[in-house]
Amino acid sequence: MKTCLVVDDSRVIRKVARRILEELGYRVAEAADGAEALAQCRAAMPQAILLDWRMPVMSGPEFLRRLRIEPGGAEPKVIFCSVETELGRIREALEAGADEFMMKPFDAGIVAGKLHAAGAA
Amino acid sequence: MRPRERAFVAALCAERAGLRLDHRPGYLMESALAPVARREGFLSTSDLVRAARDRADDRLSSAIVEALAPAQTAFFRDPEVLGAALDALPFHRGEPLRIWSAGCGAGQEVYSLAMLLAERRSPAAVEITGSDLSQRLIDKAEAGLYSPFEVQQGLSAGRLVEHFEQLGEGFAVKPRLRAGLRWRRENLLQDAPEAGRYDLVLGRYLLSSLGPSARTRVLALLRAALKPGGCLLLSPHDAIAAYALGLEPLGSAPGLFRQSAAVAQAA
Repeated sequence: MKTCLVVDDSRVIRKVARRILEELGYRVAEAADGAEALAQCRAAMPQAILLDWRMPVMSGPEFLRRLRIEPGGAEPKVIFCSVETELGRIREALEAGADEFMMKPFDAGIVAGKLHAAGAA
Repeated sequence: MRPRERAFVAALCAERAGLRLDHRPGYLMESALAPVARREGFLSTSDLVRAARDRADDRLSSAIVEALAPAQTAFFRDPEVLGAALDALPFHRGEPLRIWSAGCGAGQEVYSLAMLLAERRSPAAVEITGSDLSQRLIDKAEAGLYSPFEVQQGLSAGRLVEHFEQLGEGFAVKPRLRAGLRWRRENLLQDAPEAGRYDLVLGRYLLSSLGPSARTRVLALLRAALKPGGCLLLSPHDAIAAYALGLEPLGSAPGLFRQSAAVAQAA
């Protein structure tokens, strides 16, 4: 079964994303910030990661930078998830090594499309 | 809305655009007409429909029909199929190529084709025409302006960054992608596009919303618009109708057919 790690400091967003991902056939793990997510990735690298931009302790971009230098850290397809709708921010996310960028709010169709575009589906 | 009002709307859609609505639940009709009622200053969809009926108001009637015509809303719907359709174009001839997207809605299919062509860096000039029943959708398509929600339907972040620019809260297709695109409002039951003009005609997700006689007419129009050797792309479930017209399936994608040069000359 494919696994997806949902990294977001909002429990509501994690819950919404979990429901959508489980319907798409993913096993879902959750983390509330980048540091927690990094620890989880070291234990078991997921196939896909939905990543919030702004979080306490460790932000999304900082997590992504560290993830990509971990052993096996190039493998997960990372989809940034943000309320930001600035093209500059989206470009920045892609340059930082994200595979996709998803603007909040999202629905099941968008999540499925983004996973497909990232090559995880 | 009362059953009699719904029946009036269904009859109006069948008469003006060949649309078959009888299999659609009533609440979908309500939710499609609610924005029209609001825009036109009516308190309810019933008021809107009664006004169109009792005043025989042509403009309101058109607005009702256009709101009920299903429209494609996603970019890159079945991207492999779009790619296969472009592969079938005679780029090697070096002549300008013409593509027609029938029922193009707010332009997502046309812009998807334009993006694919830009990414192929083909030197051949390609003119793409999008047509739709709805003037509102054609205006939106021509403006090329989409909300954050709309650009997430099928469009990758990479393509968004590459082909769009920020415009307020939304995203506008870059001018260089819009060069060579044409838009026209067209009711395929009343208007006939120029015959023998196109190298590729797309009529995806179009025929299934039509009643039997409208479907036959529209399919014949789509075929007639092809140049000899031109290709027609339909939804896979509409493919059976194309066999009946003697078009050859290409095999590289479901729903993709070629007009044989011999048939075109005989016709």
